[in-house]
Amino acid sequence: MQAVSVILYLLLAPLAGALLDGLDRRLSARMQGRQGPPFLQPFYDIAKLFSKQMLAVNSVQMFLLLSYLIFLAVAGSLLFAGEDILMCLFMLSTADMFLVMAASSDSSPFSTLGAGREMIQIMAYEPMTLLLAVGFYLATGSFQVADIVRQPVSAVVTMPGFLLGLMFIMAIKLRKSPFDLSTSHHAHQEIVKGLTTEMAGPTLAVMNIAEYYEMTLMLGLVALFFVNENPISWPLALVACLAVYVLELVWDNVSARVKWRTLLDGCWVVTLLTGGLNGLILMLIR
Amino acid sequence: MGVIPILIAWPALAAVVLPLVRSRKARAAVVYAAAAGMMLLAAVLLAAWLSAGKQTLFLAPESIYTNYLDLAMLAGEFVLMGLIIALSIRHRKYPVILLSAGQTLLVAWSEIFHPVEKTTHMRVDGLAMLLCIIAAFVGGFICIYAVGYMKAYHEHHKEYKDRGGFFFSMLFLFLAAMFGLVLSENLVWMYFFWEVTSVVSFLLIGYTRTEEAVHNSFRALWMNLLGGFGFAIAIVYSAATGGTVQLTDVVTSGAAIPVVLLAFAALTKSAQMPFSSWLLGAMVAPTPSSALLHSATMVKAGVYLLIRLAPALAGTLGGMMVAFIGGFTFIVASMMAIAQNDGKKVLAFSTISNLGLIVACAGIGVEETVWAAVLLMIFHSVAKSMLFQAVGSIENSLGTRDIEAMHGLLLRLPRLTYIMGIGIAGMYLAPFGMLISKWVALKSFVDADNYLLVLFLAYGSATTMLYWTKWLSKLISLHHTKEPVTDRTHQDQYLSMFVHAGATLLLCLVFPWVSSRIVDPIVRTLFGASHEVLSMNVLTTMAIMLVSVLFVPTLMFILTRTTHRDYVPIYMGGANVGDNTYFVNSYGEPEHLYLSNWYMRFEFGMRRLMRPSVIVSAGTLVVMLCMVIGGAL
Repeated sequence: MQAVSVILYLLLAPLAGALLDGLDRRLSARMQGRQGPPFLQPFYDIAKLFSKQMLAVNSVQMFLLLSYLIFLAVAGSLLFAGEDILMCLFMLSTADMFLVMAASSDSSPFSTLGAGREMIQIMAYEPMTLLLAVGFYLATGSFQVADIVRQPVSAVVTMPGFLLGLMFIMAIKLRKSPFDLSTSHHAHQEIVKGLTTEMAGPTLAVMNIAEYYEMTLMLGLVALFFVNENPISWPLALVACLAVYVLELVWDNVSARVKWRTLLDGCWVVTLLTGGLNGLILMLIR
Repeated sequence: MGVIPILIAWPALAAVVLPLVRSRKARAAVVYAAAAGMMLLAAVLLAAWLSAGKQTLFLAPESIYTNYLDLAMLAGEFVLMGLIIALSIRHRKYPVILLSAGQTLLVAWSEIFHPVEKTTHMRVDGLAMLLCIIAAFVGGFICIYAVGYMKAYHEHHKEYKDRGGFFFSMLFLFLAAMFGLVLSENLVWMYFFWEVTSVVSFLLIGYTRTEEAVHNSFRALWMNLLGGFGFAIAIVYSAATGGTVQLTDVVTSGAAIPVVLLAFAALTKSAQMPFSSWLLGAMVAPTPSSALLHSATMVKAGVYLLIRLAPALAGTLGGMMVAFIGGFTFIVASMMAIAQNDGKKVLAFSTISNLGLIVACAGIGVEETVWAAVLLMIFHSVAKSMLFQAVGSIENSLGTRDIEAMHGLLLRLPRLTYIMGIGIAGMYLAPFGMLISKWVALKSFVDADNYLLVLFLAYGSATTMLYWTKWLSKLISLHHTKEPVTDRTHQDQYLSMFVHAGATLLLCLVFPWVSSRIVDPIVRTLFGASHEVLSMNVLTTMAIMLVSVLFVPTLMFILTRTTHRDYVPIYMGGANVGDNTYFVNSYGEPEHLYLSNWYMRFEFGMRRLMRPSVIVSAGTLVVMLCMVIGGAL
């Protein structure tokens, strides 16, 4: 069972991510009064990127990026295998570190700037992810994902604050405005393409696939709030994930990018007010 | 067990011999012999203890010899007091005299006029053994490292007088005191060794005799003497009211006042807030002494005592105080580390911060947290010692320890950079030891219902991540510079660093074994019983992570190395001159590319954070000490 879900995750996560990205572009376009690309555009993009010439600025970038991809896949596998959620989140930040190193290894001004901002972003979201794991532990008595999904009542009932906090920091992980400081899905920025500036062709394709894995992982965390022992909760969780994604999309479209200080202050304060407060209440009533 | 006196006497003997050896070559030979002998003796002690059944052995019962030793130590304390008074007068630091004389006379008065029967003087158990092994091996290799380092140091710094003999003498004396400290069961003996470490660290910090060095050394001295004062009062109080000066008795009786005063002494020694500034000031000394203070000795003596006290601290107000100070130190020190660009300063803040976590774990004082504390201590001593040595070697080669100057170090000093990389990874990456301990600590903070510590840990992990990652990314930037750098690292230094790097990797690989064979028995001895802190399930997860972290990058490296790629210059905004280091600016002239890290000095700088942190922690400490002492009286 564990093996099956891990294999399914490894195979389907990039597909799901790419489909969601297709939907994302389409919806964004409609919100902006545009037609938008076809649904399957992300697949065409990746296919084309892989067919391109292998251009590189140094010999280690590709290997660091591949490590980033694999670690994200491992982190996601830990989640979908029902393993320890805290370990999964630690793995997620380890993976991020490889991305930062891949970008810094170029020693290029724009990608180094992007890498620096990425570090700030990690610092901004990490307290929330750690508290999230603590929240699940307080609410369900276990760090094991397998136990969390077998609760009689969905976790969201006791930890709505954590869900709010997670939604807040998810804009960072999905690289959405207002928190798309290190790199963004849009061209023409003051730091060119931030930490992906020096990535081209197959390298950029690897980066995109990694992002899809990450997207699925984050939505998996959202789903964790909704699933319980009742099988009906699973489709419900799926709907909730989509709803959260659409909300992020709306937020992306109505807000402008903030400065790093606002990002850091905002994330830390919101984490304290949502997850921090919710956790405190859970601890007091347990 | 007859090896114990030799183990303490051997480095002390080396300390006496070394200043007499004038030639550098002969001195190097003596250092090697002394370090090797020390490691051998520690190994013999370990073997003897293992064959005796790994029990807690109480040694040196009251006898005519221990009475002579008591007298010798008393005389020694007066010698230390005399030394401090003489130096304080010479440097016009008069308040220090009061602290030193006060506590020495207090202990002497208690010893002479209110003698308490001392059942045993020494004790060997798992924790003491672990500390001995750390001190002997990590400390021994630091001494070996120092052989090469001091040579390069004095070639580089001609302005300082070469007092190499004195320096090595102090290193070995430090180690001797450390052995004595961890093996003592009797508080009076422990206090003697405690004072020796305070005074020796003071002398080491003042090695260069510059104004700054003298100033910082006196700061270290008064802070440690303040802690020593607490220690002395604890002894006198315990002798007067409890009629005992045995550490075990104090812990089992759980008498609030001696326990909290001993904990206070330990907080000063492990440089917790508000006493962190002495360890930061200690950076003026040559690197081997920093490595020694930070990894194998000094600060570890503080956490060692706290781990011993942990069962008595659990669930008490005193424990709460220790846990708060530790957790608070963990987060503020990691924040201040962000704003530092001096490599050694970052390491110093990281030491303070990591010790904070250990202290917090000891303050909670339940099995899980003590397990985490011991594990953290093991990993920290090896990794931190290695990092200090690497930074010291880099400084000798580059002429600076500014992290900004380490841009692209991977291409310039590859061997040292790999060592740095292993050390940094060991300090914070999944799934190395530190992270496992953090995982356990987080769980047990929740179980102990201490939400404040959970918050400290959550935010502190994030800030810890930032300062390590930005350093690592600086090292790994593949930036070709034209400045030539020659690696001035001596073979002695590489020997020590390679051993440390090997030990760090090995510790990660055999982690389940370390947990079940070393840490679990220590917890069992301290608490009488212990259940497995980590289940097999978690260990399997950890194994998966370990394999992935160690082998994924290697595999990817091998896979991608052979792929064909066309290299292109980086994008620089202005036209790239062609070598990725210069671009054409708007005047049409080549401009050198300079990339800097983020330091966020206005947000996280010492100037902004130090004073409020000291006020908060000192306030808490004073209030809680008063509450504990007032509540117990």
